[in-house]
Amino acid sequence: MRALKLALRSLAREWRSGELGVLLLALTVAVGALTGVGFLVSRISAAVALQASEVLAADIRLGSPQPINQQYYEEAKHRGISTARNTALLSVVFNGDRSQLTNLRAVSDGYPLRGRVLVANEPFAVGHQIHGIPPPGEIWPDSKLLAAIDAHVGSELAIGGATLRVGRVLISRPDQGGTFAELAPSLLMNEADLPATQLIQPGSRVSYRALFAGDRAAINEFKSWLVAHKKQGERVHDITDASPQIRNAVDRAGRFLSLASLVSVLLCAIAVAMSARQYVNRHLDTVALLKTLGATRAFTLSVTVMQLVGVAIVAAVLGCGLGYVAQEWLLRTIRSLLAVDLPPASLVPAAIGFMTAIAVLIGFALPPLLQLSRTPALRVLRRDVGPPPLLLMLAFGPAVAVVVFLVYWVVRDWKLFLGFTGGLAGFLLVLTLAGSLLVYLAGRLRGSVGVAWRFGVANLSRRRSESLVQIVAFGTGIMVLLLLAIVRDDLSSDWRRTLPADIPNYFFVNIPPPDRAAFVQFLQDRGAKTARVLPMIRGRLTSIKGRSVEDMKFAGEDGENFATREQNLTWSAEPGADNRLVAGRWWTAADYGKPLVSLSTEFEESLGVNVGDRLSFDIAGETFNVEVASIRKVKWDSFQPNFFVVFAPGVLENTAGTYITSANLKPGDARSLAQLARRFPSVSIFDIDDLLAQVRSVLDKAVLAVQSVFVFTLFAGLTVLLAAVQSSREERRYESAMLRTLGARRATVLQGVLSEFTTLGLLSGLLAAIGASTAAYFIDTRVLQIHYAFDWWVGVQGVVGGALLVATTGWLATRSVVNQPPLKTLRA
Amino acid sequence: MTQSAMLSAQAPMIRDSVLKAENLTKRVTSPEGSLTIVHDVSFDIAPGESVAIVGASGAGKSTLLALLAGLDLPTAGRVLLEGQDLAKLDEDGRARLRAQRVGFVFQSFHLIPALTALENVMLPLELSGNADARRAALDSLGRVGLSTRTGHYPRQLSGGEQQRVAIARAFVTRPAVLFADEPTGNLDTVTGSRVGELLFELNANSHTTLVLVTHDQSLAVRCARTIRMDAGRVV
Repeated sequence: MRALKLALRSLAREWRSGELGVLLLALTVAVGALTGVGFLVSRISAAVALQASEVLAADIRLGSPQPINQQYYEEAKHRGISTARNTALLSVVFNGDRSQLTNLRAVSDGYPLRGRVLVANEPFAVGHQIHGIPPPGEIWPDSKLLAAIDAHVGSELAIGGATLRVGRVLISRPDQGGTFAELAPSLLMNEADLPATQLIQPGSRVSYRALFAGDRAAINEFKSWLVAHKKQGERVHDITDASPQIRNAVDRAGRFLSLASLVSVLLCAIAVAMSARQYVNRHLDTVALLKTLGATRAFTLSVTVMQLVGVAIVAAVLGCGLGYVAQEWLLRTIRSLLAVDLPPASLVPAAIGFMTAIAVLIGFALPPLLQLSRTPALRVLRRDVGPPPLLLMLAFGPAVAVVVFLVYWVVRDWKLFLGFTGGLAGFLLVLTLAGSLLVYLAGRLRGSVGVAWRFGVANLSRRRSESLVQIVAFGTGIMVLLLLAIVRDDLSSDWRRTLPADIPNYFFVNIPPPDRAAFVQFLQDRGAKTARVLPMIRGRLTSIKGRSVEDMKFAGEDGENFATREQNLTWSAEPGADNRLVAGRWWTAADYGKPLVSLSTEFEESLGVNVGDRLSFDIAGETFNVEVASIRKVKWDSFQPNFFVVFAPGVLENTAGTYITSANLKPGDARSLAQLARRFPSVSIFDIDDLLAQVRSVLDKAVLAVQSVFVFTLFAGLTVLLAAVQSSREERRYESAMLRTLGARRATVLQGVLSEFTTLGLLSGLLAAIGASTAAYFIDTRVLQIHYAFDWWVGVQGVVGGALLVATTGWLATRSVVNQPPLKTLRA
Repeated sequence: MTQSAMLSAQAPMIRDSVLKAENLTKRVTSPEGSLTIVHDVSFDIAPGESVAIVGASGAGKSTLLALLAGLDLPTAGRVLLEGQDLAKLDEDGRARLRAQRVGFVFQSFHLIPALTALENVMLPLELSGNADARRAALDSLGRVGLSTRTGHYPRQLSGGEQQRVAIARAFVTRPAVLFADEPTGNLDTVTGSRVGELLFELNANSHTTLVLVTHDQSLAVRCARTIRMDAGRVV
């Protein structure tokens, strides 16, 4: 109680006397950066998830071959969750004597819960958004269906026992899918018309889908409820089951954002460590005095811990406010760029900010505080007496433990965790060794430079451990800033590379082999940029390593699908630029005709097969026994035709199949597509323009978030630099006074200060540039799996920027020290 | 060895000894080897007595003061404060003893800059759990003539005023022994003289034992006894 009283009283007084300002500023900025990033990341990820959930037309979709129990809808309604129904079935649609097998979608009011339906009055035209669903008696067929049966708006089409009028042309719906599961043309109809069609009979293949959407927390809870209550045969899908393209993009963006927020965590820790050191140095005399006046060690420790906890709480509140205001301001300025409304911020980042402030304080401030409490009372008589040095384990153990905990907590991925912490530890070690070398060299050089430089450079050598800490801190600060800049640029350019403006936006499937050349020619004549044309053969996996897949159990749903469903297979002589071999070898001409396959990593991971394993496929009744020759990592977001399973040439040529290709056409090139549909009636046209727009929007948001994080990190980095310079302020004040008393001009003292900080900045910047380039190489190639390009400009930025930044910050922070009249200092 | 030191060193044990040094030795290791700062020093100090420890710089005066006050431990010998062997107490035990029985005045005042004059004076009372710290501190500040400056921070006070606050703080616990280390060393002659007067006046009024380390001859002569040190020995 007495300790609390004293802690609170001196806390208030110290704040008034300006003593705690630096510590509070460092913590506030650190927490502000952390929570700002947290709020931003959480809101943008929520927006990304919201946008990605558009491909389901809902947040959660429950699929079943049986009509869905009303109980699910009631439960959802009870929880304030919106619902809609979507019944899918295949049926032949007639326009007079022309007919086409069509994917019917009978929907209820409210559909789509997420995303939008685009319609037009002409087939293949540019669509506009429409709210609501087809009224009873009306259908909205897609362009392919209308082209195939030669119908138009106003035509009366026969579906089962009903005749329905074409009201509009369906251009796109959010849940049209990113895979080739639904190749048939489709139409949207009101579920009220379904009974009249009499299509649903016992034994009909109908897919019932319940759609749910609501706020995140409610949806997460409802999903758990649904998973627990769903019956056999019912499947729950959410954003994580969305198309591979979207999943890839969200996954990549999420990883980078986690990485970016880690940088702020690290800077926060460095700033706190430096401020804590300064706090300890400032309080050595006070603790010695308290002990002289009769305070016990536990008492002095309690006072300092309480003070720091008090500062942490104030800083956390201020920091959270600062973080919230900063991200709100940032998001308001860029709101017009965002396609969807940003969900409100959750309170989680604030809680994380508080917890992190306390955790970082424990890891980085507690060890020096323990040391502070061991200051001997004798210091009141002998200023040279200080606390005994900390044991190495105690000095760095808690800091390392907290960093390890925080890093893992943020990334939740062992590979990324080990890469990041390993790289960081290595970098700190190299930086420390290099710093020691500089300190040693400085000691040797001091005789051969002018008086100002001698004073400045000798300072580095004399404050050996302080210089080391500063080099490590400056180096780390500059490194993370450079690293963020490199990775951000690499990510942006990689995204630009993978999603150029002329990326294929239409897929064409079921191209008959005799029409292949004519089809490609047709597209090229109309100015379309065509991609590779690959054969597509349907086949079923029957055994793995001699065991029938029917006797095997697979952990994931993907494995089950790969093993039990018909697969699209192809053969190819080349792997394609968007395929990267990760195991085995690609075939050469000598291997043609050999029963070899190359598998995608998804296939390999889901089924647990490796290079050299034997697989059997049933293709049109014929068994093919093949050996896995290689494993490929496929970039699905290249939007080129790609396959999970690729055969070597010379194996499948005689089996019946068709061809698939993709091409870039002007969106809504109605005339070309209508002509194409008429000339090649068997070819299915698959429009992914809308899907591409969604992916682009997701990536744009991710880039935006990363850039915002960069601003926060830059701010946090500068605070670290200020805290570092601040830590030697008092000593410098005294030295400056002494030098000026001995006759040094103010300019000479200033030159000394500048030379010291410039040297510090130069070396820190150089080391940071090397470290950032090395780390970026590993992060780009191993973690983000994007292309890495070395940039010598980074080195220049590191060295020049480091020297300028550190020298300027050092000059600003020490200016008042140099300017202070020496008499005032010496009298104090 | 001066007569007074000889007397004290050889005198039979005074029955009411408040502070007793027995064969005190302090050795430290330095880059040049082992160095003896205090060498086999013994003496007794009676309650209410005022003793000046004088000597040249580096003679071991401040080290001796640190040993007597329990701020440091001797390499050999022992210190008895009111009969309590300081070496037998741990660091916290010595701190508790200081809180109750010892006061300090330092050359550089050692006021806590974040606390006001009143709060600085209240501090030792609060550390020993005194519920009436505020009243006692105000009273003590009144006795050093600073009733009007209680809310001032140390940086708002002159050197002489700061030392008066330190004296108020030292006397507020009514200590058995007051240790003063060069109390006028940082003050000009006039101010130093006033502070010295105040110190002796309060000492006389409160019957506190005063152990004073000083270069200031005018202060030393006001003490009842002088212990002169040279190269770590009492001479």
